[in-house]
Amino acid sequence: MAETLGGLEGIYAIWLREIKVYTREKERIVSSLVNPLLWIFAFGTGLGANVVIPNVPVNYQHYIFPGIMVMAVLFTSVFYGMYVIWDRKLDFLKEVLVAPLSRTNVLLGKMLGGVTDSMIQACVLFAVAYLLGIPLTPYSLAVSLLTMFLIGVCMTSLGLAFGGFLSTIESFQLVINFVVWPVFFFSGALFPLTGLPPWLQLVTYADPLTYAVDAMRGAMFGLNVFPIWLDLAAIALFCIPAIALGSFAFSRMGKI
Amino acid sequence: MIETRELTKKFGPLTAVDGISLEIGEGEIFGLLGPNGAGKTTLISMLITLLPPTSGKATVNGFDVVARKSDVRKSIGVVFQEPSVDDLLTGRENLELHAMLYAMPREIRRKRMDEVLGLVELAGRADDLVKTYSGGMRRRLELARGLMHHPKVLFMDEPTLGLDPQTRKHIWEYILRLAKEENITIMLTTHYLDEADAVCRKVAIIDFGRIAATGTPKRLKHDVGGDIVAIKQKGFDPKCLEGLGFVAKFEAKADGVEITVRDAHKNLQKLLSEIGDIESVEVREASLDDVFFKYTGKKYREEGGEGGWAERVMSSAGR
Ligand SMILES: Nc1ncnc2c1ncn2[C@@H]1O[C@H](COP(=O)(O)OP(=O)(O)OP(=O)(O)O)[C@@H](O)[C@H]1O
Ligand SMILES: [Mg+2]
Repeated sequence: MAETLGGLEGIYAIWLREIKVYTREKERIVSSLVNPLLWIFAFGTGLGANVVIPNVPVNYQHYIFPGIMVMAVLFTSVFYGMYVIWDRKLDFLKEVLVAPLSRTNVLLGKMLGGVTDSMIQACVLFAVAYLLGIPLTPYSLAVSLLTMFLIGVCMTSLGLAFGGFLSTIESFQLVINFVVWPVFFFSGALFPLTGLPPWLQLVTYADPLTYAVDAMRGAMFGLNVFPIWLDLAAIALFCIPAIALGSFAFSRMGKI
Repeated sequence: MIETRELTKKFGPLTAVDGISLEIGEGEIFGLLGPNGAGKTTLISMLITLLPPTSGKATVNGFDVVARKSDVRKSIGVVFQEPSVDDLLTGRENLELHAMLYAMPREIRRKRMDEVLGLVELAGRADDLVKTYSGGMRRRLELARGLMHHPKVLFMDEPTLGLDPQTRKHIWEYILRLAKEENITIMLTTHYLDEADAVCRKVAIIDFGRIAATGTPKRLKHDVGGDIVAIKQKGFDPKCLEGLGFVAKFEAKADGVEITVRDAHKNLQKLLSEIGDIESVEVREASLDDVFFKYTGKKYREEGGEGGWAERVMSSAGR
């Protein structure tokens, strides 16, 4: 009993550290918003002026909004996780690694910290959505938040796993190009899932982001392909191996 | 409390720790001495579960450092050689984080925090971000943190590196009191040999990853073979020392000679009369510097010219 309580406090301690650091670094919050806003305003408006998706009753800018929100979570989460490489280089992490706290709990604390960062960012984007006239009901807000929470858990764990396995900052680029961008592009964030060539269909089904985009599009515009509960269950399922992988990476993490 | 058997760590072709066997009892203060790159930090890293050994075994507080990592971590506290306090938090937040990570009982957190902040004289700056601290202040915070939770075994890798003499003195007094009152076992490394001499019950001299010598400072100094007589003389001729039974060994210098002499106080007269005219003479007891030199062939503080001697003369002159 005392053990579990101690563990919970350890998780809380690590979470608290992350939140303090995040809210102190205003630059990070601001810069994490630039990219999604560019997509929404430049890409969404530009392409939206020329493209109409058949059978979709909303304009293109609105149509990609859920995808862009999920993308913001994706990037923030993976970047956050890979930040661990820095922490290890600068030795901050050593203090935590010799503390009597299981590595899984270290991972959980870090992961929840990252998810909280993403949620703060998401709330700002909801304000933008409101200004753009995207229909926000308590229901669509609740589903969206839950979706982003789950995808945050999944992607932060994955990012932390990369951060634990890799040891050079250069590998950042590798992960961005070979993991993050593909996960985004194959998710259906920018296009509908119907009428795709079979190979692309298959790839999109293997992408956890697909289900997140689908759930949020469903909640906001009623444009979901799968039932929303199935979307959420699918993402939750993806979380399990991601957490396991992160936990494994942390368990073998030592000095660089 | 700490036991290693043939503990070895290899980094590729380099053997950083080479078959070290040690035994350190409860409540003992044990010093690891050795030149840069000797393997001290690597040895400690294995004992605190940050590095897996290549071969050999080690236990801390009775727990194997590979098989029982989490029990080991529950038993230890660490002061790292490299700074590891969190820049982006304040001093106090660093300590609070530590208290939570170590699940310290709530009642004592506040008290301990004030105690260690007072000890390292950081109370006035505790609420500033660590990135605004000076190098020495970070070091002091690092120490304060390591001393906060009173573990069974405390590892300190060059705890007083870069601290001013006043602070060093306070810290050592506190550590000694802590070790005694709470029966804490301490393993430390330091390049200040006089500190090691004053503080450690036992020391080990490590070179190239191996133990060159181990024992109490007193014993090791005794083994040097006597007192050191340093003589300045132009054109010193080693022949004149032949047949003097009390000369354990000598070493020629640019401007004279250093002779290790048994019972120098008795034999000095005889020695000097054999050597003849000299410019100056100094007699001192063997120190850990001499021990260190004997086993590693290296001198501390080369810049001092005479291996720590100048340094000591200066400090005894109340520098
Ligand atoms: N992660 C590593 N990878 C490769 N070599 C390493 C690594 N860590 C240490 N070494 C090497 O192992 C040897 C021992 O290093 P270590 O840090 O243990 O020395 P030390 O006794 O603590 O020295 P110092 O007094 O300078 O702190 C050195 O030659 C060092 O270059
Ligand atoms: Mg070292």
